[in-house]
Amino acid sequence: MTTTIDKGTAPGALTHLDALEAESVHIFREVAGEFEKPVILFSGGKDSIVMLHLARKAFWPAQVPFALLHVDTGHNFPEVIEYRDNVVAEHHLRLHVANVQEFIDNGRLRERPDGTRNPLQTVPLLEAIESHRFDAVFGGGRRDEEKARAKERVFSLRDEFGAWDPRRQRPELWQLYNGRHRVGEHVRVFPISNWTELDVWQYIEREKIALPRIYFSHEREVFERNGMWLSPGEWGGPRADEAVVRRVVRYRTVGDMSCTGAVDSPAATVADVIAEIAVSRLTERGATRADDKMSEAAMEDRKREGYF
Amino acid sequence: MSGTSEISPTAGAAVDDRVGLLRLATAGSVDDGKSTLVGRLLHDSKSVLSDQLEAVTRVSNERGQEEADLALLTDGLRAEREQGITIDVAYRYFATARRRFILADTPGHVQYTRNMVTGASTAELAVVLVDARNGVVEQTRRHAAVAALLRVPHVVLAVNKMDLVDYSEERFAEVANTFTAYAKALGVPDVRSIPVSALRGDNVVDPSSHMDWFSGPTLLEYLETVPVETDPTQEPARFPVQYVLRPQSDDEYRDYRGYAGQIASGVFHEDDEVVVLPSGQRTTIAGIDRLGVPVRQARQGESVTLRLADDVDVSRGDLIAPIDEAPTPTQDVEATVCHVADRPLRTGDRVLLKHTTRTVKAIVKDIAYRLDLDAPIDGELGHEQHPTELRANDIARVVLRTAQPLALDDYAVGRRTGSFLLIDEADGSTLTAGMAGAAFAAPGRCSG
Repeated sequence: MTTTIDKGTAPGALTHLDALEAESVHIFREVAGEFEKPVILFSGGKDSIVMLHLARKAFWPAQVPFALLHVDTGHNFPEVIEYRDNVVAEHHLRLHVANVQEFIDNGRLRERPDGTRNPLQTVPLLEAIESHRFDAVFGGGRRDEEKARAKERVFSLRDEFGAWDPRRQRPELWQLYNGRHRVGEHVRVFPISNWTELDVWQYIEREKIALPRIYFSHEREVFERNGMWLSPGEWGGPRADEAVVRRVVRYRTVGDMSCTGAVDSPAATVADVIAEIAVSRLTERGATRADDKMSEAAMEDRKREGYF
Repeated sequence: MSGTSEISPTAGAAVDDRVGLLRLATAGSVDDGKSTLVGRLLHDSKSVLSDQLEAVTRVSNERGQEEADLALLTDGLRAEREQGITIDVAYRYFATARRRFILADTPGHVQYTRNMVTGASTAELAVVLVDARNGVVEQTRRHAAVAALLRVPHVVLAVNKMDLVDYSEERFAEVANTFTAYAKALGVPDVRSIPVSALRGDNVVDPSSHMDWFSGPTLLEYLETVPVETDPTQEPARFPVQYVLRPQSDDEYRDYRGYAGQIASGVFHEDDEVVVLPSGQRTTIAGIDRLGVPVRQARQGESVTLRLADDVDVSRGDLIAPIDEAPTPTQDVEATVCHVADRPLRTGDRVLLKHTTRTVKAIVKDIAYRLDLDAPIDGELGHEQHPTELRANDIARVVLRTAQPLALDDYAVGRRTGSFLLIDEADGSTLTAGMAGAAFAAPGRCSG
């Protein structure tokens, strides 16, 4: 367990990281107290890694009382899958995997012409929620990521189709989270809603949390598509007209390889990354996510269908 | 190449991880320019990044507007952009070197009063916006009343569109005096007025060159410096038990039994004599673990685990408090409520009541009166006695009877242990937000 320095109890406000941490822990414990079968969505990205770290602190010295669920697009970075499996083994967690590839193989999903599988995740996710009867699903979504996410509640009720209706959200008052739902409905829970990208990195630094190494500067073969550096892979890149080059890059987000772009960066340590994003003029998603650029309401539309 | 991190030495705010956090809410009537103000605050504090601004500029140009419409930064939903209004509370984040801010951006439409209540429930400061030309209108009084009801400790009146009244000092003073008198009469402890033009950027982040007569801080400067830290040693200690931790493992924690929760108010120390409510059992705090680290004391806002000296029966929903300043559990709750659901609430309704970590059955015994926030006379609000039902956005006094006793504080004593929700038992929807005890604070009284 990571330790923090005891700052004593001098009067005054908590630091912003302590306040955010205490709030997230409170959310995890509320879910453990009120739901039958919660699960943590775990992608191996920094937000879900921080989420898992917070869950471990919330229930220390007991085990995290939730399993993990990974929606595997089949186009993951190998470093991330390796990280996922190590974390699961190290902390004696249970892992469920929902495979997009299986759904494509049995004809229930069809590959998109652009090769992007990110939007395809919704169907396997919803089926996993239904078949395992998960009633609360933790996601690492942050409100600072995107305009539609800024409207998201910490406890977000989803109907029997997994759909989000922004006009029918429950008001969320004080720290009184209402997790009541009917049979067939479930609640998406976002314990790090109030964190920003910078908070996440500062917390990673403070808590000395290990991350998949693709978050740090490395030389990689990439090619340019739609103004982003994408990694060549089985998912269908590069095309004949796209030239592969070697560049020193890192990833700001980790998702499906087909739509997650790398950024040119010399940042090799957490401190370097913090210095870099503190002065970046691009948002994390703007810099690295092709799927959010599809339309002005791309995220809202996906969330309405059951995306997290 | 948009995939490149563009580095600009002046942009962004490298926030020290030791800075504090301020939660604030905004409120304003339709067309007072609230979205523009929030957009300006984000933009001028360099919290809007170039890809977001590009998107806003592109959409503004497509609509035939020459300049980027900063309001588009905050209206995130399709319906909001289509209608040009804000429908729902959104949360925004920005930071300066001095503070981190979580801003609850609440809509101004009269039918969305519940949204202002939502935003104000967690806010330490509320920004109420008025149009300098119109001054204090009904909706402004409603916003002040909601801030007072929710006991938001600090209220800032932003007198906007000063450019449209020739930056007139007299006009500003007139509006500010009317508002301050009203808010003080309702018991808002700290009121500050700032003349701004959100559109032109006057006094939002940068001082205005058009209003030399104003010597106060800009809005952002005030947000950065207003003291919101309260002294937790001056408040009663309250610990709602969230979850019982019993690892039952084979290691050193085999016999560990801890009560996890977030301290609602005050300070707990090792060896404090405490009572578990509502059962009334007494014991001593044997140890405090703060997320894995043993500490001798812990204070408001911290999520910790308490270990108790005796093997008492404690479960989720109980409240741990010092024996000499514990609340008296009650089944009769008198409270001010804001009805937030479209379905009405009627006398005789059976509902669930969620207070801290405890949910109990409750019955609505009486709706004593509905407050009329729009027609105040010298700070006294109008009352409608015994309405037959409450509709969405109504604020009223109710009497409830609960199936089990609740360790409830007055909302004036603690926002966290004095607040509750009424929930529809059938479909789980949130019906009503409640605040126990007297409706309005006595003037000049402050509570965190």
